[in-house]
Amino acid sequence: MNRGSDLTVTSSPHFRDDDSVSKIMFNVILALIPTLVVGVLHFGLSALLIIITCCVTALVAEAVSQKVRGVEITISDGSALVTALLLALSLPPRLPLWVAVIGTLVAIILGKQLFGGLGYNYFNPALVGRAFLLAAFPAAMTEWFEPFSFAATSATPLEGGEAGYAYLFLGNVSGSLGEASALAVLLGGLYLLYKGYIDWRIPVGYIGTAFILTAILGGDPVFHVLAGSLLIGAFFYATDMVTTPITRKGRWIFAIGAGILLVVIRNYANYPEGVLFSILLMNMFVPIIDRYTVPAIYGEVSE
Amino acid sequence: MKAKTFKQGVHPPHKKEATKDKSLKPAELPSEVVIPLQQHIGAPCEPLVERGDKVKVGQKIGESEAFVSAPVHASISGEVTDVGLVEVTGVGLMTTTQEVMAITIAADGKDEFHESVEPKGDLESLSAAELRDIVYEAGIVGLGGATFPAHVKYAVPEDKSVDTVILNGAECEPYLTVDHRTMVEMPEKVVYGLKAIMKMTDAKEGQIGIELNKPDAIEAMQEATSDQTNIKVVPLEVKYPQGAEKQLIDACLGREVPSGGLPLDIGVVVNNIGTAVAITEAIQEGKPLIERTVTVSGEGIKKPQNLVFRIGTNVKELIEQCGGLKKYVDRVVLGGPMMGNAQHDVDVPATKGTSGILALRSHEISKYEPKNCIRCARCVDVCPIFLLPTALYKFAKADMVAESKMEQTEMINKLDEYNVFDCIECGSCSYICPAKIPLLHWIRLGKNALVAEQRKNDE
Repeated sequence: MNRGSDLTVTSSPHFRDDDSVSKIMFNVILALIPTLVVGVLHFGLSALLIIITCCVTALVAEAVSQKVRGVEITISDGSALVTALLLALSLPPRLPLWVAVIGTLVAIILGKQLFGGLGYNYFNPALVGRAFLLAAFPAAMTEWFEPFSFAATSATPLEGGEAGYAYLFLGNVSGSLGEASALAVLLGGLYLLYKGYIDWRIPVGYIGTAFILTAILGGDPVFHVLAGSLLIGAFFYATDMVTTPITRKGRWIFAIGAGILLVVIRNYANYPEGVLFSILLMNMFVPIIDRYTVPAIYGEVSE
Repeated sequence: MKAKTFKQGVHPPHKKEATKDKSLKPAELPSEVVIPLQQHIGAPCEPLVERGDKVKVGQKIGESEAFVSAPVHASISGEVTDVGLVEVTGVGLMTTTQEVMAITIAADGKDEFHESVEPKGDLESLSAAELRDIVYEAGIVGLGGATFPAHVKYAVPEDKSVDTVILNGAECEPYLTVDHRTMVEMPEKVVYGLKAIMKMTDAKEGQIGIELNKPDAIEAMQEATSDQTNIKVVPLEVKYPQGAEKQLIDACLGREVPSGGLPLDIGVVVNNIGTAVAITEAIQEGKPLIERTVTVSGEGIKKPQNLVFRIGTNVKELIEQCGGLKKYVDRVVLGGPMMGNAQHDVDVPATKGTSGILALRSHEISKYEPKNCIRCARCVDVCPIFLLPTALYKFAKADMVAESKMEQTEMINKLDEYNVFDCIECGSCSYICPAKIPLLHWIRLGKNALVAEQRKNDE
């Protein structure tokens, strides 16, 4: 029998879908473009420089740490860029660039590579970076500016600054880079939903819980949904595949839990904004949520 | 047309255009056949002939005393030239090539039929027990690919009863079109076979599930069943694995087979379209399972066709009758691309389970380096059994690299707890994984590890 055959032998299936990790990452980047553009238009050159700084730092940090770890360098998969952009969008528009560099290093090295790289981290790396900066540079991280202005500092809407619904929706409010326009965030978020890259349960559960709970507590639910980073958090940070549950029931628990935490932090804690910690805290619960939401299998016999 | 379906699943490309309109064509009579003594799930047959014996078409040449087994027959007339070990693949649940005993017959060119091949009577006058005997004697097995001995399914235990027989015309594997052609070309044989199965199992109702991408087959079967009040055609959504037994039952009847149980437990028997036709021919002509249909296709085949070949014909010969292989063929798969077995060599006999011979070129099948799991949970969202493939993969992998016996046992227990044995190996998880992790492969390794562990504990 001919043993010198050059046929490939693999176990089935022999067909694969043509989607890939890098395609997913680049679609997330595509979905972030409206928000990035609006952010740069609102806050000018300094915003653009922050975005570029985060991207370059992330790619270098990822490549160097993978080199040190002796694993394959995978910066072309786009995941480091996604982290960089998500971090940049959570930063104040005129943050000193060296602070942005530190935040990115923390996000990529502490938030991702130390856990074993893409897929192994428990916390959303971009949020890890932001949390570190918030703790280490509290003043720089809370210095907000009016859009289209070059001097005046101002409070964000959640800190008591003025902003009507229309402004909040279309843009033109002070805040971090990605908080400028709800419309731009929604555009990208709906694109990801349409493409099936994110699960609708997370934005619906997160925003819905925040809306209902705020209304119950006597707040203005529309304002609380549009102001701050709830929308971008719900569509882009809380939907990070690596750090959210794999079961559908688990995603509901994750989203509703984050919504409750958000309202609690915004109303009763020292921080005016709770998106960051509500998601990070829920990230921590993901393994246990997955553990206890294993779905009933086909034909499961109850004992 | 309102189509029924199951929950979850995937949508691979159909790839059926090349052969869906090509009539079933008898393959050339082979000059030699190699007939393995095990072409089914169950006990292998003992040879009934010796080297030098003369045999005729349809003569029984192998049989076992075990209940779960099916006899094998000479598929050509001629002389037995060898009884010995050969390599075969794709028999039942064998996922790799294995050596089994086989009978080699050299053709005498006469194609003379054995005297046992004669009409057995008609459906009305034959009893259920007589029909079961005919099915057993004809060596009929499930022709969808699982090759489970057919007569076993019809022996309904006293404490159980069957209300519905479902014929599987979903043919959800890409490329394959033989069930499609069978329904279009011989719908009355399909219906006759279905009625025979209903009589054997005392079922009141018959259903024929067909995916919507075969409108001509749906039409043909509707016409052939128009005068039958207790048989209906069920159009099914085009989705993989619609033709898997459990998913077909869920789609047609909305019932779930209990985990670890059989369709019989919920009053259902499922058979493939080809199996029904084989039963019809065994009754009407007395013809045992000496031939079957096969789709020879894939971009690596020069002239794709649907052939009817004699069991034991060399795969290489069948490929040559379809114009041979083109250049740059990367893989030859027996069966469909989702569940079939890749061959290291095409010089093997085609058996009762060979529903497809596919030559795939490298651009048809993507080769990827697996990346890290990004927990996107698509495998969870598509698994038709609602397992967590990514979790099973991680447990199986952790078991392989475990540093201590305790850690290993823990991982194996996890595999059990997460129901690894319920996996039907449809491959939807590996298909959809964007990180290109061969999830099903890891799950198979996990099953093996759990089997080994349980055996050890039993001792």
